Amino acid sequence: MSKVPSNLKYTKSHEWIRVSGDTAMVGITDHAQHELTDIVFVELPDVGDKVKAGDACAVVESVKTASDIYSPVSGEILETNRSVVDDPALVNSEPFDSGWFFKVKLSNPSELDALLTPDKYKAQIGGQAA
Amino acid sequence: MGLIGLPVEGCRRNTADCDKPSTLNRLLSTMLKRTALFSAHQELGARLIDFGGWEMPVQYTSIVEEHLAVRNAAGIFDISHMGEVTVNGAAAAAFLNFVLTNDVRRLAPGAGQYTLMCNAAGGVIDDLYDYRLSDEVYLLIVNASRTEADVAWLQSQAAKFPRRNELRLTDASHNYSAVAVQGPRVREFIADCLPGASISATRVGRVTDLKKNQIAGFQFEHGGVLVSRTGYTGEDGFEIVGGDEAIRRVWEIMLKIGRPFGIKPCGLGARDTLRTEVCYPLYGHELDENTTPIEAGLGFFVSLEKGDFSGRKILAEQKHKGVRKTLTAFKMTGRSAPPRPHYPLWVRGAKCGEVTSGTQSPSLKTGIGMGYVPPEWAKPGTDIEIEIRGRRATAVIVPKPIYRKTERP
Repeated sequence: MSKVPSNLKYTKSHEWIRVSGDTAMVGITDHAQHELTDIVFVELPDVGDKVKAGDACAVVESVKTASDIYSPVSGEILETNRSVVDDPALVNSEPFDSGWFFKVKLSNPSELDALLTPDKYKAQIGGQAA
Repeated sequence: MGLIGLPVEGCRRNTADCDKPSTLNRLLSTMLKRTALFSAHQELGARLIDFGGWEMPVQYTSIVEEHLAVRNAAGIFDISHMGEVTVNGAAAAAFLNFVLTNDVRRLAPGAGQYTLMCNAAGGVIDDLYDYRLSDEVYLLIVNASRTEADVAWLQSQAAKFPRRNELRLTDASHNYSAVAVQGPRVREFIADCLPGASISATRVGRVTDLKKNQIAGFQFEHGGVLVSRTGYTGEDGFEIVGGDEAIRRVWEIMLKIGRPFGIKPCGLGARDTLRTEVCYPLYGHELDENTTPIEAGLGFFVSLEKGDFSGRKILAEQKHKGVRKTLTAFKMTGRSAPPRPHYPLWVRGAKCGEVTSGTQSPSLKTGIGMGYVPPEWAKPGTDIEIEIRGRRATAVIVPKPIYRKTERP
């Protein structure tokens, strides 16, 4: 069973969001990394890029599949995780920790309300809602 | 066979596209053919895909793990989707020598060869293995996605063949299942699954006495199976063809006795990365009806000396005068996303072709691929570029195969 930490928010397209103040950290879920398997390449946005919620702004590639990563929220890219670019396998081993992708400065915090709760995301991936 | 059904063919897929499993499964179950090993794949938790109309395992745990199991130990693949055509009769050899590019007369009973079937323009209808089971009995193992086209072509050629009355062609695909058992440690346990001496074709005391490309019949439980020392991975290995029940038992026993040797069930994903590393062509990628064996670098399997055959005129011309495109292999040189089929291929600032097969190489841990370029750019060491999502990444033409085993056991 894939992990779905209770302190995060989620998207239907399998990104997670950790909010602190006006900043959101974004990555892909344990379920997503498990589905992709063997991640070999990560392409991240540039710091300073302006993104809108739903924009494809990063790419993750496994041996067989290339997938877009969508920004769950609008804002400016504050920081990207060079470690996953150097070692893409971190996305498989620690998707919620050292496998994070980028941080966004929120320009419209009300967008957070539209994101999935852990229970709703669990239900989407076929787990039991608590 | 085109690993045509694999999730990515140069396009980007959103993981959210898979959020309707019930609809998809219902659709798949009504449309796709399943092999005798289908429930075994389900029990092993395989991820299943549509491959040329067959619902086949693309991976069980991870493509990289399965790939490395075959390179270092052993792997077993379901290849039941492949087609089997038998050609019998006094004129079988003469007919095959007319429709296939390699020289069938080189085959003693029990021997097999890689060969191609070409149209009149030298374009490849299919690439296949041709086995001589006995004096006048031949078995062709053909690509799943091409079986229908192959049988139609063979029938049309047989109808025009002067000695057609001394010939019988049978599409036996639905009678057979098959597995490939591949990897350097297979020879250590395969004889425990298939004990004893052969009973037909090549006469050997034990299955591991088969030499490369030889085939033999073995008694297996209550029936018989055909075993050849062949494969599509660049490793030592065997392919086993038999009835559904026999192959289900072979699969089960092989996984059991191979366990201490590190055997893993392997899907089409690993099959594709393994064959790409050693530059084996895949129909629909490197080969099609507008590409000749000479262009694909398979001239070794075209026998111009044997007399007339379908496509000979063009193939002879190309062999002597040269070709306009030639299949080359490349490695990415910097950090980049893996190359994928259909990505544009650039040489000296000009787009000159596209990637036919491309992947991350689990053995070399870098992007690798193949593609057609004009012969003047085909020399190993030539710098090229692969266009990935609008940006060009550097690569270099390398000799084939891309991956070479450093030590042979």
